[in-house]
Amino acid sequence: MGVARYIKNEKDEILEVILESGIRVKPVYTNKDLEDIGFDPEKDLALPGEYPFTRGIHPLGYRSREWTTRQYTGFGTPKETNERFKLMISHGQTGLNVAFDLPTQMGLDSDDPLAEGEVGRVGMAVDSIRDFEIAFEGIPLDRIGVGLTINAVASIILAMFQATAEKFGYKKDRISATPQNDILKEMIGRGAWIFPVKPSVRLIGDVIEYCMKELPRTNPVSVCGYHIRESGCTPAQEIAYAFQIANTYIEEVLNRGYQIDDFVRGFTFNLNVFGNLWEQVAKFRAARKLWAINLKERYGAKDKRSLFLRGIFGGGGYGMTKAQPENNIIRGAYYALAAALGGAQTTALCSFDEAYTIPTPRAALLSLRTFQILMEEIGLRDTVDPLAGSYFIETLTKQMEEKIVEEMKKIDEIGGMIKAVETGYVQREVARQAYEFEMGIQKGELIKVGVNKYTEGEEMEVELHEYRWESAEEQIKRLKEIRRQRDNRKVAELLKNLEKAARKGENVMPYLLECCKGYATVGEMTKVFKEVYGEFKEPNIF
Amino acid sequence: MEKKIRILIAKAGLDGHDRGAKVVAQALRDAGMEVIYTGLHQTVDQILNTAIQEDVDVIGLSIMSGAHLPICDKLMKKMKEKHIEDIIVVVGGVIPKRDIPLLQQMGIKGIFPGGTPFEESIKWIKENVKSKS
Repeated sequence: MGVARYIKNEKDEILEVILESGIRVKPVYTNKDLEDIGFDPEKDLALPGEYPFTRGIHPLGYRSREWTTRQYTGFGTPKETNERFKLMISHGQTGLNVAFDLPTQMGLDSDDPLAEGEVGRVGMAVDSIRDFEIAFEGIPLDRIGVGLTINAVASIILAMFQATAEKFGYKKDRISATPQNDILKEMIGRGAWIFPVKPSVRLIGDVIEYCMKELPRTNPVSVCGYHIRESGCTPAQEIAYAFQIANTYIEEVLNRGYQIDDFVRGFTFNLNVFGNLWEQVAKFRAARKLWAINLKERYGAKDKRSLFLRGIFGGGGYGMTKAQPENNIIRGAYYALAAALGGAQTTALCSFDEAYTIPTPRAALLSLRTFQILMEEIGLRDTVDPLAGSYFIETLTKQMEEKIVEEMKKIDEIGGMIKAVETGYVQREVARQAYEFEMGIQKGELIKVGVNKYTEGEEMEVELHEYRWESAEEQIKRLKEIRRQRDNRKVAELLKNLEKAARKGENVMPYLLECCKGYATVGEMTKVFKEVYGEFKEPNIF
Repeated sequence: MEKKIRILIAKAGLDGHDRGAKVVAQALRDAGMEVIYTGLHQTVDQILNTAIQEDVDVIGLSIMSGAHLPICDKLMKKMKEKHIEDIIVVVGGVIPKRDIPLLQQMGIKGIFPGGTPFEESIKWIKENVKSKS
């Protein structure tokens, strides 16, 4: 849930404030603190839009462009999802962020026995390109950027998206997708993995390489500190792990003979925002700077655009509480504020009811309105990086930077992120801290309003999103129809070609595109990969 | 010395959110129990086989996706078929209040939605395992 630790005396005066990343906050900051930490306004800050981009990657920040809002949406059948997409767009949402159900995330068709009870439950069910044709019907795919929250089978889903867009008549160089496509964080924090670490990273490399050549407006990977933070790590570790994961993907592509400036522009990040306001703002500022330094010094990037840390900052799921759910509306507003003060280019917010259910339309709209109020009424578009120069914020930004570098070094010492995940080092670290945090809450050493303090009051009834078994039946019916109507001999041949390419270590994307056009299913394509690559085994961390 | 309680913490189905399961596993271990964790993406059959092999007293299911009703229903039916109803089943995760009576009807008595204090669930497990033996 993410809070700092406060040590108080018997008069309730605060003696110590210890942020989650381990930094102690002083009662007062002065110019001397900046001197002590070696703050150099030229080197550490520069102007917005200038290296090292601490103040933002655009010279005019939100003056030139408001942030993109992209609420996570999707449930039931593609038709239901399409209706919700249109609703959110009609209310001013400027991008889409597609939620897929668990069978799709795990590469299973809707009629797979393992999918029973899960079809369309936490996101939209997708079996074949037919489902995408329905989900994106009437959506201007040349104007609306689409986040695809999919990882283990990101290659398949991106191919399906391209095939759909082309079928609708959009040119491939006009569509802008952001497949999440970050498998290492799934192995650390979210759990939707299928194949072993190395072939999984290979597939990510295939997507990056393919986008570089074929889909210039598509961001091939959205590296997620977000879910690792949700699983229990500190804000400093969130950034350090995300960067080391990104470095792993970078090296996968460099090993194929490309130059860093050829492809790294397409990298984006998905970072979390909950916890202490100042720590969050400092985190984003430090992260922008360190990413630029990482690219320049570690990989020798020369193109300015290669150095931009771009991404979606938002969410804040673990900061939300099940107790007194309406409080989450207020928390959400502060998290969005922190994201804006941190210079987020794209944002999303967990809805107040998400500890109970996937968001109802009312809750999703409230999140959208939160962003709109910040941008239209509160003054967040007035000036770029408004907290710059604050004794406290600049000191804290430097301190966060040090903490992040320290955590990155630990991963380097292990031999990189692939090793750190295969041995369970990161998973162990994250689980340990999640436990310590929970103990802190239960013992009352850490405070969450409504959870272990100010718990009085009436309980609010949350309206639950109803799971419709009929949606699953409808989905399975459509899948069976597709299997009957398509040219099955052709599909078998396309899958065979895919298998050959995977075995040879060719880039699989062009083969997936053909499979998708031929109405092969997600389950069928995944099965090919399972046969070639095998399956991931979790390291035992206890 | 008293025999240690053996508990299987299980992640059933496709949901991969295991923060809660891992936190609870650590709490139960610190409370002196022997904890076995299945890892992710387990089918009901896999969970029951592990429970039998490991000779556990308790199965603790962690479910966050909303699929607790179909999963629990299947698990309880299969336990009857396999004649292992003596193993106590507890469930934690995102469990709406209105589903608690339905889970109880299936024969699940220990229901601990997210946020339940460890003290409470640990006490419940200890008492219920004791009264069985």
